[in-house]
Amino acid sequence: MSVSTAGVLFVLSLAVALVAVHRPFGDYLHRVVSGERHSRVERAVYRLVGVDPTAEQSWGVYARSLLAFSAVSVLFLYAFLRLQNHLWLSLGFGPVVAHGAWNTAVSFVTNTNWQWYSGESTMGHLVQMAGLAVQNFVSAAAGIAVAVVLVRGFARRRTGDLGNFWVDLTRITLRVLLPFAVLAAIVLMIGGAVQNLSAGTHVSTLTGGGQTITGGPVASQEAIKDLGTNGGGFYNANSAHPFENPTSWTNWLEIFLLLVIPFSLPRVFGRMVGQVRQGYAVVAVMMVLAVASITLTNAFELAGNGTVPHAVGAALEGKEVRFGVPDSATFAAATTLTSTGSVNSFHDSYTPLGGMMLMVNMMLGEVAPGGVGAGLYGMLVLAVITVFVAGLMVGRTPEYVGKKIGSREVKLASLFFLVTPALVLVGTAAAFATGNNATVLNVSPHALSEVLYAFTSASNNNGSAFAGLAVDTPWWNTALGICMVLGRFLPIVFVLALAGSLARQQPTPASEGTLPTHGPLFVGMVVGVTVVLVALTFLPALALGPLAEGL
Amino acid sequence: MRLPSWLAQHLAALRALLVFTALFGLAYPLAMVAVGRVPGLADNTGGSLVAVDGRAVGSALIGQSFTDADGNPVPRYFQSRPAAAGDGYDPTSTGASNLGPESVVDTIAADPAESTPSLLTRVCARSRAVGRLDGVDGRRPYCTTDGVGAVLAVFRRDGLTGPVTRVVSVNQVAPATPFLHSYQGVPVELARPGEDYVSAGGLVVPVRGDAPAEPAVPADAVTASGSGLDPHISPAYAQIQVARVARERGADPAAVRRLVREHTTGRLLGFLGSPAVNVLELNLALDQRFPVR
Repeated sequence: MSVSTAGVLFVLSLAVALVAVHRPFGDYLHRVVSGERHSRVERAVYRLVGVDPTAEQSWGVYARSLLAFSAVSVLFLYAFLRLQNHLWLSLGFGPVVAHGAWNTAVSFVTNTNWQWYSGESTMGHLVQMAGLAVQNFVSAAAGIAVAVVLVRGFARRRTGDLGNFWVDLTRITLRVLLPFAVLAAIVLMIGGAVQNLSAGTHVSTLTGGGQTITGGPVASQEAIKDLGTNGGGFYNANSAHPFENPTSWTNWLEIFLLLVIPFSLPRVFGRMVGQVRQGYAVVAVMMVLAVASITLTNAFELAGNGTVPHAVGAALEGKEVRFGVPDSATFAAATTLTSTGSVNSFHDSYTPLGGMMLMVNMMLGEVAPGGVGAGLYGMLVLAVITVFVAGLMVGRTPEYVGKKIGSREVKLASLFFLVTPALVLVGTAAAFATGNNATVLNVSPHALSEVLYAFTSASNNNGSAFAGLAVDTPWWNTALGICMVLGRFLPIVFVLALAGSLARQQPTPASEGTLPTHGPLFVGMVVGVTVVLVALTFLPALALGPLAEGL
Repeated sequence: MRLPSWLAQHLAALRALLVFTALFGLAYPLAMVAVGRVPGLADNTGGSLVAVDGRAVGSALIGQSFTDADGNPVPRYFQSRPAAAGDGYDPTSTGASNLGPESVVDTIAADPAESTPSLLTRVCARSRAVGRLDGVDGRRPYCTTDGVGAVLAVFRRDGLTGPVTRVVSVNQVAPATPFLHSYQGVPVELARPGEDYVSAGGLVVPVRGDAPAEPAVPADAVTASGSGLDPHISPAYAQIQVARVARERGADPAAVRRLVREHTTGRLLGFLGSPAVNVLELNLALDQRFPVR
């Protein structure tokens, strides 16, 4: 079988698996977020936390709960990182430097998992599992919760009640993330992922050299890192490391894990608004964009353009033999289409246009299918913008699933959309203006790509990198930390406000003049709006970086 | 006493975080460590260690260097890929080179210790070294015969246009011979250490040369992996090493080739991943089957 046929079958098998689980898994998620009953464990959690699970929250209270939880998480994680040398299992590592601790604390709380450090030489086992990996669960759950609130905004009528943050957080972690993480961790261990508390085994190699075989609770962290679209690797090499991703089939499984929740959430939307076909339309938009992007990334990597890939005969620098070029390209596309940012190959060495696709994936706003929750709410905002644009063209009041899109809704949707491009472009310009771009590894125009990639990744909460850029400096850690915070929480506040204003409305019944939002026409329009908005925003920057390099 | 609501909210947040830390940060990973101890999984979760005579010599999943103390390949062993992890295959410093597809101009300082080769030159040098070690043609496109990137800095009268005024082979310094005599009628100079010809306005022109389009040295033999710990090489790279290894061990090349085949994993289910040879396991089998006297 040829390399490209194998690559196509790899993508097809993933697509078939995702389609197969979309309905049952989506229905399960729907039951979790809309059920009335609380299990005994959950009631115990509510008692310990001291909250009333039956109390409904307005969007403002919901937002304040989420922000309070995130703020406390950042402080807790910061202290944990600074004090790790006084705790158990620190492996002799010292406290994490102040600007680095700020960056990492923010990074894991915002579901970004940008890593300026090497796990194997910076973080002890305790801080990895009880500090970082905890945020892998709760930041993922917070993202899903926000998406569910937006869907409630569409589904509910004439109310201020949008659910309870503590209940959503608890249910999503306990009923969805934990059981599936346990399952995935066990399967990864069968594949060969390590899971121990060892500080490392020193061995003498065949030719008499020394090697330290590292240990750690890796499988448990790997499972939730992918399932929660987090992406923070236990080791610096992330999912390229054989202990995190040992075989070609664990590679398949990890891609499946990072796509499964984002691709199933539109089913929850369809079920909650009472029209499953609306959910199908949303997932169709995601599928179209994802398939196009994965195909292009594979095509560029297999074509192997660029002087070095031509000299080598393949774009194999930074890629593992057991995965090969296409399965690496598919992982890279999937990790940037979602907000994961884990890598099984190193993006900085990709072909110019292959690397550009990864940037474009993030610039799309990570909506195809996007991070857990973040992908769905990003896509619904784009749908709102699309009905607005369509409404302008035909001169009618835009509506989406029965809710009028008035000026307040459009303002919130536009603000939502503007946050990340502003952060990316201002951040990149600031790096050059202050001379902090000097820490790049590669030369122009790839040097610009490294800086642009860093801000794109941080602002969109992705976490992958053109890792040649050295970011272990106070400026980079601070600047990227600010981008991660604003890129995560400003959009969340706008989405929650949007949910609040939608929930207050009385739905309008569909009439002759209502634009149907479940057909191929609408799917095509949302795809078009997404691509055009991104192209208009980022084409100039891309022209100076990857396009200049690749054309 | 009723707390102000903002304070109550933050207290609830702190309590929630502590509960979740106990559940997901301690109970979950430690339970998984316990599950990992069951027979059948314990080998994997312990790092897939492989032992010779009861002494651990490495992990089946982690590649290692088969080089002597000076970093030269030990010819009786199959060689791993180049690696960017530490000094090579160092699990405490994993990672890739991160050099881009157009990393073609070396930084040549007066002090060789401060020079950094471009990715292209690394590829060319590795290709030449492997070619010599294994007796195959080490030439590659865009490489000089002395194993650096074949790249010119071309200066034109008006910057981007106009007649060529000066041409420098940027990766070659004395006493090398320029890989081209002349370019568009202008003689090619060697580079001088410490000079930056790109900043000085030279246009970077890589030269393809006449090397075969499909080099004898396979792609994985000249590129560093993502992890820096890649335990595998391609079957093609194993093939070109067979003759040397067999000679060093006084073994029948056909028998060594059979051993390589036994340690080759194809694509799982026909389409997952890429065919690969586990180098450590192959070398262990060699030591057992064809010990060096």
